[in-house]
Amino acid sequence: MTDPITLRASAETVAASLPALLAQADQLASTVIMGEHGRRRAGMGDHFWQYRPAQTWDEARLIDWRRSGRSDTTYVQDKEWQIAQTVMMWIDRSASMSFSSADSHPTKAARAGVLMTALSLLLLRGGERVGVIGADIPARRGEAQSMRIAEWVAQADGSDYGSPDDAGILPNSRAVYMSDFMGDLAPLETALTRAADRGVSGTLFQILDPAEEDFPFDGRTVFQSMGGSLRFETQKAGDLRTRYRERLAERKDRIAALARTAGWQYGTHHTGDSAQSALLWLYTATEQTR
Amino acid sequence: MVLFGTIGFTAPWLLVALIGLPILWVLLRAVPPAPIQRRFPGVALLLGLQEKEVETDRTPWWLLVLRALAIAGLIIGFAGPILNPETRSAGSGPLLIIADGTWADAPDWSMRLDQIESKIAEAARNERTVAVATLTDLPTDLPFMSADVALRSVANLSPAAWDVPETAANWAAAQNGSFDTYWLSDGIDRDVRGDILAALQDRGTVTVFETNRPVVGLRPAVIDGATVTLSATRTHGGQADYTAHAIGLDPAGIERELASAPIIFADGETGTTTEFDLPPEQRNRVTRFVISGINSAGAVTLTDDSLKRREIALVSGGTSTESLQLLSPLHYLREALRPNADLIELPLTDAIPANPDVIVLADVATISPLEIELLTDWIEQGGMLLRFAGPRLAAAEFSIEADPLLPVRLRSGGRSVGGTMSWGEPKTLAPFAENSPFAGLPIPADIAVSAQVVAEPDPTLSSRVIAQLTDGTPLVTRDTLGAGQIVLFHVTANAEWSNLPLSGLFVQMLERLSVISGNTEPSAEILAGSFWTPAQILMADGTLRSGADLAGTTGEDLAAFTPSADIPPGLYTSEDRAIALNVIDAERQIAPATWPADITVETITDAPETPLMGWFLAAALALLFVDIIATLGLSGRLRGGIVAAFIAAMMMPNDAQAQSDAAAIAATSNVVLAHVITGDAAVDDAAFAGLYGLSDTLTRRTSIEPDTPVGVNIETDELSFFPLIYWPITANQPMPSRDAYSKLNDYLRSGGMIVFDTRDADFAQYGTTTTEARKLQAIAAGLDIPPIERMPADHILTRTFYLLQDFPGRYNGRDIWVEASVNAGSEIDGMPFRNLNDGVTPVVIGGNDWAAAWAMDDTGRFLFPVGRGNAGARQREIAFRFGVNLVMHVLTGNYKSDQVHVPALLDRLGE
Repeated sequence: MTDPITLRASAETVAASLPALLAQADQLASTVIMGEHGRRRAGMGDHFWQYRPAQTWDEARLIDWRRSGRSDTTYVQDKEWQIAQTVMMWIDRSASMSFSSADSHPTKAARAGVLMTALSLLLLRGGERVGVIGADIPARRGEAQSMRIAEWVAQADGSDYGSPDDAGILPNSRAVYMSDFMGDLAPLETALTRAADRGVSGTLFQILDPAEEDFPFDGRTVFQSMGGSLRFETQKAGDLRTRYRERLAERKDRIAALARTAGWQYGTHHTGDSAQSALLWLYTATEQTR
Repeated sequence: MVLFGTIGFTAPWLLVALIGLPILWVLLRAVPPAPIQRRFPGVALLLGLQEKEVETDRTPWWLLVLRALAIAGLIIGFAGPILNPETRSAGSGPLLIIADGTWADAPDWSMRLDQIESKIAEAARNERTVAVATLTDLPTDLPFMSADVALRSVANLSPAAWDVPETAANWAAAQNGSFDTYWLSDGIDRDVRGDILAALQDRGTVTVFETNRPVVGLRPAVIDGATVTLSATRTHGGQADYTAHAIGLDPAGIERELASAPIIFADGETGTTTEFDLPPEQRNRVTRFVISGINSAGAVTLTDDSLKRREIALVSGGTSTESLQLLSPLHYLREALRPNADLIELPLTDAIPANPDVIVLADVATISPLEIELLTDWIEQGGMLLRFAGPRLAAAEFSIEADPLLPVRLRSGGRSVGGTMSWGEPKTLAPFAENSPFAGLPIPADIAVSAQVVAEPDPTLSSRVIAQLTDGTPLVTRDTLGAGQIVLFHVTANAEWSNLPLSGLFVQMLERLSVISGNTEPSAEILAGSFWTPAQILMADGTLRSGADLAGTTGEDLAAFTPSADIPPGLYTSEDRAIALNVIDAERQIAPATWPADITVETITDAPETPLMGWFLAAALALLFVDIIATLGLSGRLRGGIVAAFIAAMMMPNDAQAQSDAAAIAATSNVVLAHVITGDAAVDDAAFAGLYGLSDTLTRRTSIEPDTPVGVNIETDELSFFPLIYWPITANQPMPSRDAYSKLNDYLRSGGMIVFDTRDADFAQYGTTTTEARKLQAIAAGLDIPPIERMPADHILTRTFYLLQDFPGRYNGRDIWVEASVNAGSEIDGMPFRNLNDGVTPVVIGGNDWAAAWAMDDTGRFLFPVGRGNAGARQREIAFRFGVNLVMHVLTGNYKSDQVHVPALLDRLGE
């Protein structure tokens, strides 16, 4: 990366993909109608919540004279408590995410990138603070943050399978992890436990390629991981299908169990399906955990 | 050429290469198919797994066999194998090629032409001169010409529908010079064959060609009571099943098959019969019987009057007279007619509606005006009224005005001659005139007429007389009325006035008048003096053509019943009568031809020379193709898509049919909701997902459990399978074609419901018109949509399952339009809703984008957000409830409109 020519070239590649990513995410985000999320209780905010009789500690300027004029007591307007939340996100940028079994659907990394950027756009527009876990991007407000996130999303890290981190998660904030969770589950478990300890609730979102779900292979095959670190040869791939699926189901169960223990939500998405329903689910899940 | 049994090779030295096959075996065995390298993140889950069956790294044995066979096929193919190679003998001198050319040749005539052509080609190679002829169409002299000229005349040969004439023997005897003969026999034995053979053998060697094919012939149908018996004959052969069809005109006058029956020959049997059980009315319409699948005149038998039974109504004057049986005016008529006609004896007014062919009035003098009217109508439409005189007729006061149903005016009283109280002798019949229908009938000398009714002299009288007595007084008179005729016998129908009814002449006269028709072939005397014209001519291949261009023939010639070039087989008519001249008559038994031992008889069973090179190469290619697929399959490179594409390419036409059948079965085996495919992928997907969500909701909440919804193409798909079609309107969808409109209208009229959704309620309120709304107007212009109105608050859609007042989708527009209620009764006090019209509204028109609100993916996630927060969730819920109500409405109709449910509904409304 020190070679300036290489640096320039890769920077240009990244920059070139950014507008497309942002545009795609923007388009996706626009399908979800934004609503301000009040806390459904009195507190600091702009919106009217309720009238209550003025107490001794209420300043006189807070009294709503228009309401008070209609009765004998004086009333004060309570506003609805509105508070900005911090949502920290992480996506797996490892080599295994760059897998796509067919031209008709994108790679897992591309889908995860679009979903993450779109979700962050939505949250940022809703006035939340969004940051990236394990990167040097702390939670901030404003549209400019989406640019930073998109930049980060577009870069791949070198590992074969991703391992989630919990660096930079603020206590009592929200977190979103997106990955195929194909690698070792121990780092995830650690990260999740530590996050839960700090009162963080969130979402585990598993993105899988349809081929990874179905295992449509047959015959004599040499399987290699995307980074090339793992290698497995079989004479009859079709013979392994059932057991592969069993193992995958087992893994899903384990992640779901992890999420349940930590009080998190767990969702699965296939790159063959539409990104829109995934985003809607993610958004609702994030909304519910708030 | 080297021969191995029946297979010869043109290049046998190539077969040496077969030695190389074992080497190939060893080579191929050593090289297994290579593995595929595949990048796959899921490999982490695979580590440590063992396949249950371990296959060798070697190529499997069956693949080796496949390849070895393919190579062997190639080698043998290029060695030029030929099945049944021919060894040919030459000849010299002129060659006469003669074919029988009868109806029996017709089924395989083209094969015979090929045989003749190959014989001519062979003669050309040997530089022989050739003459070609058929025995049914004999040339006056035999022009031997060069082979290539003779080849041109082959196309002119055609089989005839009759047999080899007797004159052929004379023709053969008249030939001179020396020539060899190649005789293509039709395989039927006939007397004249021996003479011809002897004459030809005098001229040179004779070679006979015959096919092994049995010749099948159909004898004329014979009627026996209610059944028609059909017998078939054949030369030889094993067990064979044929089907005989009775062909005739249906009531609409169109020729079609009326009945069929199997004709089964047991092994070695040469004759068999089958029976048709036809009702008389249908039997009278049969024009011919054919054996299907045999294109020969012998397999066709035409029917004529002999198969028809006429329906004759007998009415006599004095029904109440208790006279002796033999004195009954109808007794002799009954006896004469019964064998050949169906008789009905009813009062006149009941007999006419039965529409008989002939009505016989025996001594009926008084006919009521109503009966006259009915009878006149019936005669004008072709009926035949046959009247006999008698005491009552003689006693009546006559005028032609009083009784128009008499051909001549009668003098009152009649006359009596030759009786005990009169002077003269009983009168006999004069010979029949030339123009009389009875012309030619012999008159027995002992017929005597002792009493008769007498016609008034009249200028038209002589033209109406068709039989008279020796003194010139009319005995039988006839007049036409419309398409029918009235015939009056001036004597009684019993033996009271004359002994005519006792004679055979009486029956013959009735036959000539076509009152009855003979059951058997008409005899020469009945045919004598008549003239017959061919109406239809039977061709050698069993087809019929009009005989209008042929000259007629006399009854005497026809009486021989032998078809020939002058009298081709066919249907001959004379006045109202018809006679069929068939190729095979009732007695004929066709037998196979027998030849003397010194004659060489070639048959077609000698298999023709067939080069097999193409077959071997094609088989090798096919094997190699299978090899490709097998290799791909072994190495895992064969994906479902490739196989599916290949199979689809192989069986495209069948598959499309099977697919549409499968779709139809899927659509009808359960309730299936459908949406119209608009061509806009996003809208179509949303519509599908919406109906999917609605189907899911219905399954969970109601007893309606629909299958997966389908998209329908209104141009090509069948709509009637679907109870409800959701039609999202897009601004640029194509207009339906005229066919699609008629299909849609049929659908709407037959109880289907289309939900039009313009999806524009978010900005189309308060009278603004969107492009979608304009498109809907354009589309709906061609549809048969009844008057519509805004959905009233008490419409049945508000209470078919859920009680609703809002019908939101993704948007909450107000206006939903449904079929206007026709007889909207006024609101009854105490009733929450009016008694609106019956039936299902055929259309629901709105713009709330319901599909988007219902849209769900297969994991149950909603695809489109609706509203905000809890209010949005409520709106989606109401949208689902509206969808449930819609489907309930379609499936249950006005069930909930039934006032029976009012108390229960009132109860619930009050809560």
